[in-house]
Amino acid sequence: MSAIENPVVVSAREAAPPRPLWQVIVIRPETMTLVLLILALFGASLLSPYFLDFGYILRSFTLSAEFAMVALVLTMVIIAGEIDLSPAANMALSACLFAFAQQAGIPMPIAIGIGLVAGLVMGAINAIMVIRLQIPSIIVTIGTLTLYRGIAQVIAGDKSIRVPEWFIGVNNVLMAGIPVPVIIFLVMSIVLGLVLGTTIFGRQIYQIGTNEVAARHAGIRSQRIKMGLFLLMGLVSAAAGILTASRLGSVRYDLGLGGELQMVLMAMLGGTYIFGGRGTILGTFLAAWLLVIVSTGMTVANVLPAVQLVVLGVLLVVSIIATNAIYSRTQR
Amino acid sequence: MLKKTLLAGLALGMAMATTVAIAQEPVKIVYIGKNTGNPYFDSITGGFEDACKSLGCEFEFVAPATAEATSQIPFIEAQIQRGVNVIAIAPNSPDALNQVLDSAKAKGILVLTVNGDLVGNESHRDATILPVDFTKTGPNQVELMGSMIGYKGDIAILSATTEAPDQNTWIAAMNDTLKNDPKYKDMNLVATVYGDDQPEKSTTEMEALLSNYPNLVGVIAPTTVGIAAAAQVVQSRGIADKVHVTGLGLPSEMRDFVKDGTVSAFQLWSPYNEGWLAAHFAVGVLGGTIKNEVGSTFEVPNLGTITIADKNAMNTQAELTTFDAKNIDEFNF
Repeated sequence: MSAIENPVVVSAREAAPPRPLWQVIVIRPETMTLVLLILALFGASLLSPYFLDFGYILRSFTLSAEFAMVALVLTMVIIAGEIDLSPAANMALSACLFAFAQQAGIPMPIAIGIGLVAGLVMGAINAIMVIRLQIPSIIVTIGTLTLYRGIAQVIAGDKSIRVPEWFIGVNNVLMAGIPVPVIIFLVMSIVLGLVLGTTIFGRQIYQIGTNEVAARHAGIRSQRIKMGLFLLMGLVSAAAGILTASRLGSVRYDLGLGGELQMVLMAMLGGTYIFGGRGTILGTFLAAWLLVIVSTGMTVANVLPAVQLVVLGVLLVVSIIATNAIYSRTQR
Repeated sequence: MLKKTLLAGLALGMAMATTVAIAQEPVKIVYIGKNTGNPYFDSITGGFEDACKSLGCEFEFVAPATAEATSQIPFIEAQIQRGVNVIAIAPNSPDALNQVLDSAKAKGILVLTVNGDLVGNESHRDATILPVDFTKTGPNQVELMGSMIGYKGDIAILSATTEAPDQNTWIAAMNDTLKNDPKYKDMNLVATVYGDDQPEKSTTEMEALLSNYPNLVGVIAPTTVGIAAAAQVVQSRGIADKVHVTGLGLPSEMRDFVKDGTVSAFQLWSPYNEGWLAAHFAVGVLGGTIKNEVGSTFEVPNLGTITIADKNAMNTQAELTTFDAKNIDEFNF
């Protein structure tokens, strides 16, 4: 409207030089994550002579790989303007149901199916409350976080449920020298990165997160897309829970306790904007490695846990400040 | 042919050189505690340190920030990577550590559980060092509680985390003793609550017990954090004549409560001796002087003859030590 009334402004805008290409490429939150990652690698190598061992770093990554997988999907949920804090509890409940089923004599493939379906149902419950009942997702998922964990405790009690010997140790299976959970994470990163970065569906997720009302007016079925994201969240959480069961060899209700914080941390460190509309899979991918390398580097150097917490806290604050600064700088 | 012999000789020489080098390197021992900020482990660590001073081994203590089931796994991985010879650990879970402990054993590391065992998963460690025969801990505690309340009334248990393996073993034994021994038929266990070994949560749970069960006459807290929190609550409310607190505590933390009459008696063992024994055992096994077999015996300075019992378990003392106003000043851990 104003553009028509005031053509001078339009021409002035058209005359504004575009940002140089190098700035577009370099000044991004992911660049900061990458720089921190490289610094962390150097720092950890200086801190302990035992750190720089590819096999060891990969083995350490398997301990967080399940969370990292979920963090990738969480990144998409946050970009769409929502949040899900229930995935770690979902992991526990899905894994408990899976373990309970296979212990009751149900064949393994069906037991896995039960776990995955349970995860989908949990995702659907979140989605229905967020989309149909219009309750803010942070409230909904804080509620279901407690609920799912509680049901897991009711099912498993204080006992642990064993899985059969042959099912244990997916993290010890190597393909081309890389543990299977890391490979799954790599493949998921590539696929989700392509979906988010190159498809119309991906663009729609960004648009919903930037301005949902505008997106809906533009004909984007935002509710359907959000529903899909919460369902994917549930499914991936359940798969992550079952992978954790294989790694630990037993399932307890406290599986993955506190994992939601690590997942959010990965997304934030990777430059995902907590209010939606911005962020990339690449950022979360790099941040997952950054977190593992920082904590592994300190643990192998016998750094006190209190100091480790301080370092992680500083890292998060620095990255959030940097992310905000970069986004406000590139804001038109 | 000559070349081969030469090569073989060279290889042999190098092999011998490395063997000598290994033999000269001090044994590296690490002890992984349940969590940091737990004074109980300072005492065990002290035993390790003093033993290593006299035996010439290297010792380090590490622990995660929280006592969750899986929080020790990265620490075990890190110690494997550091190439330690002995991993001693107070496990936070009876089974979540199985896989990573197996990979430590596969690397030739001697895996010991100290001050807690992998109940039901004993094959995943080489030996265990426990302060006393843990099957006696539950009955001993029930007897002490009974003697304080005249073997009559409602009692409760304030434990650590819901899955702490030692505490759960003792609580099971306490339940068993209360149910099956006619001596305790008038003692009624009304609740078992968990303070997660955190002072604040333990205090809250203790307060809740007092308001939920007005007839409560005794609380057994078989954990050092729990008993201190329970005693604190009883002291600040001034109800020591009504609610009797006992359990397992550290003399250093409980001294004031015993002196002012809040707690008349509590029990424990010497955590220091566990570290002392574990270090002597580890160095002996790696040096070939001790055979890690059920039934074999060895001498440890200050502790006398130690026998390796069933499931490769060793105890530093036979019965729990009871601390009261008379003897508490003799202990400073």
